[in-house]
Amino acid sequence: MLDALARLGKNGISFISTVGRAGLMLFNALWSMPNVNKNAPLLVKQLYVVGVLSGAIILVSGLFIGMVLALQGYTILVGYGAENSLGPMVALSLLRELGPVVTALLFAGRAGSALTAEIGLMKATEQLTSMEMMAVDPLRRVIAPRFWAGFISMPILAFIFSAVGIFGGYLVGVEWLGVDSGNFWSVMQASVDFNKDIMNGFVKSVVFAIVVTWIAIFRGYDCVPTSEGISQATTQTVVHSSLAVLGLDFILTALMFGE
Amino acid sequence: MSSEAFIKIENVTFSRSGRTIYENLSLDIPKGKVVAIMGPSGIGKTTLLRLIAGQLMPDAGDVVFNGLSIPKLKRSQLYEARKKMSMLFQSGALFTEMSVFDNVAFPIREHCKLPDDIIESMVLMKLNSVGLRGAAHLMPSELSGGMARRAALARSIALDPELIMYDEPFVGQDPISMGVLLRLIRNLNDALGLTSVIVSHDLAEVMSIADYAYIIANKTVIGAGTPAQLAKDDSPLVHQFMSGEADGPVPFHFPAETISDCMTKVFKSC
Amino acid sequence: MNNRKIEILVGAFIAVGIAAILFLALKVANSGSMTSGETYQLLAKFDNIGGLKVRSPVKVGGVVVGRVSAIQLHPQEYIPVVTMDISVDYPNFPDTSTLSILTAGLLGEQFLGLEPGFMMEGIETLGDGDYIQDTKSALVLEELIGQFLFSQSDED
Repeated sequence: MLDALARLGKNGISFISTVGRAGLMLFNALWSMPNVNKNAPLLVKQLYVVGVLSGAIILVSGLFIGMVLALQGYTILVGYGAENSLGPMVALSLLRELGPVVTALLFAGRAGSALTAEIGLMKATEQLTSMEMMAVDPLRRVIAPRFWAGFISMPILAFIFSAVGIFGGYLVGVEWLGVDSGNFWSVMQASVDFNKDIMNGFVKSVVFAIVVTWIAIFRGYDCVPTSEGISQATTQTVVHSSLAVLGLDFILTALMFGE
Repeated sequence: MSSEAFIKIENVTFSRSGRTIYENLSLDIPKGKVVAIMGPSGIGKTTLLRLIAGQLMPDAGDVVFNGLSIPKLKRSQLYEARKKMSMLFQSGALFTEMSVFDNVAFPIREHCKLPDDIIESMVLMKLNSVGLRGAAHLMPSELSGGMARRAALARSIALDPELIMYDEPFVGQDPISMGVLLRLIRNLNDALGLTSVIVSHDLAEVMSIADYAYIIANKTVIGAGTPAQLAKDDSPLVHQFMSGEADGPVPFHFPAETISDCMTKVFKSC
Repeated sequence: MNNRKIEILVGAFIAVGIAAILFLALKVANSGSMTSGETYQLLAKFDNIGGLKVRSPVKVGGVVVGRVSAIQLHPQEYIPVVTMDISVDYPNFPDTSTLSILTAGLLGEQFLGLEPGFMMEGIETLGDGDYIQDTKSALVLEELIGQFLFSQSDED
């Protein structure tokens, strides 16, 4: 009984100290605005690695999820004679939930794990230490551009995901199942609100971007610098950031849409 | 020692995760010399370099570099001090995402605002001095181990430091690249007026170029002197290390009960 | 050059992102044209507004011309008063226009259907702050069923 309590306490302390170290790392990486001329090319490079290279998986999954949503939604809605509501159903599910959440999960798997592995490998091969020895702060040179790249890319990816998903829903709903095209768009337009739906989805994806990128770079930066350490850190990145995204999604949804 | 000490390590005690690595360690490194620090593996020779570089802080004692007390420096002052030192890592630690040229240019680009043509000429000169001018466009993954280490050496002299620390530079090198590295270390030291600190346990090679050597074991310095002095040293520990004997003050066997006791027990249980 | 290719691809990525935002804002939400444009207010009294909500659309023949901006209870008469923001692109509705609360489909959202009256000499147009007199309240499903049952029992 006391042992269990002690274990709980030990885990609690180690959790808090991990969060503390992660916070310090992020603070040290970002607290002084670095010089723009030198860092813009680094940011562009990371935007390419983190954002552009995740584009393909986002496009394909967005299209398929939109198509599946339309197909499933149609079979349910047609039972109530409400297939005209297919448009808003697809659009709202994507904008409010699936766009930000699925993008964040895919991002954690595609870009987050790659970030962790890359930074972990740089640590294991002493590249970070040698950078420090050259009086270059690896937090600003390596960590900061990657963080900003994730922060900027993910909301863009989420918008692309939702847009492509709605297009996929249109393809299945209108072109295949025969929902009236005018109805599909106008009913959607009537029920989707820019501030309430699109902006809330945007806020969600910004929060997820911060959390996922933060976890990914911290896991890499904090990993045990061996092969096992890196593979463990990569797994942890995907598991922790997926859990964090799903948990935060509930809280954010409750704050935004709960009455 | 006659010449003025460039680095002074004074009564340093350092422990990590409950294990004491150094206790009251003191040594001086004179300016402009090649100093070797040797000892059995696993006694934290690399840790000593990290203490000098300020990446680790001693529990007690002081590390003085060029008149500055490293543990007392603020972060920005420490970074300023590090511009005067550089370290060659065991693995070379070249940045895998850049070509050899960009690797050598990295510290110059980070610290100086210079036009591209001047940077290019500086980088090519540094690469030339390690004999890798022709490999400037290669990626680190395309280099052999010895070449990677030479490229890393070119990078560590890019900013003309006053001190270079070599962390096990000869591990896993064939005799030719070992000879090349030895010549480079000696020549760079004399040509650029550097101070070099070599951490190694390749005794013969290091002794051939070192001006002065320290032998560290049992958490402190057990022997010091020029290679010739050390070879004549009669302390049993130094003697064992210098002549590479299997048994001696550093025992061959990991501490255990005697073999006869052990065997008796094994056969009793049958 | 390699760097140039990366820069172009990143530029394309951001451009696609902006295109996606525009698509969502204009084609999916279609609030870009409504919220930014100038509007004038019309008011109407109803007996029962059913499920009408703030921001429900006001449509003329299916075209959205405005949105409900407020729903209040009249302080003396105790009937609902609906305030609508109508786009200034449609300024001249005659004061004989009819406003009814309609439902999109059987279970759909409720919206206001505005039916413009005849344009004739001597009939004034509705301006900012005017009331639309002729209104039809929402059909409440329970009342409809009640009426239906009542008429059934009459026939017996």
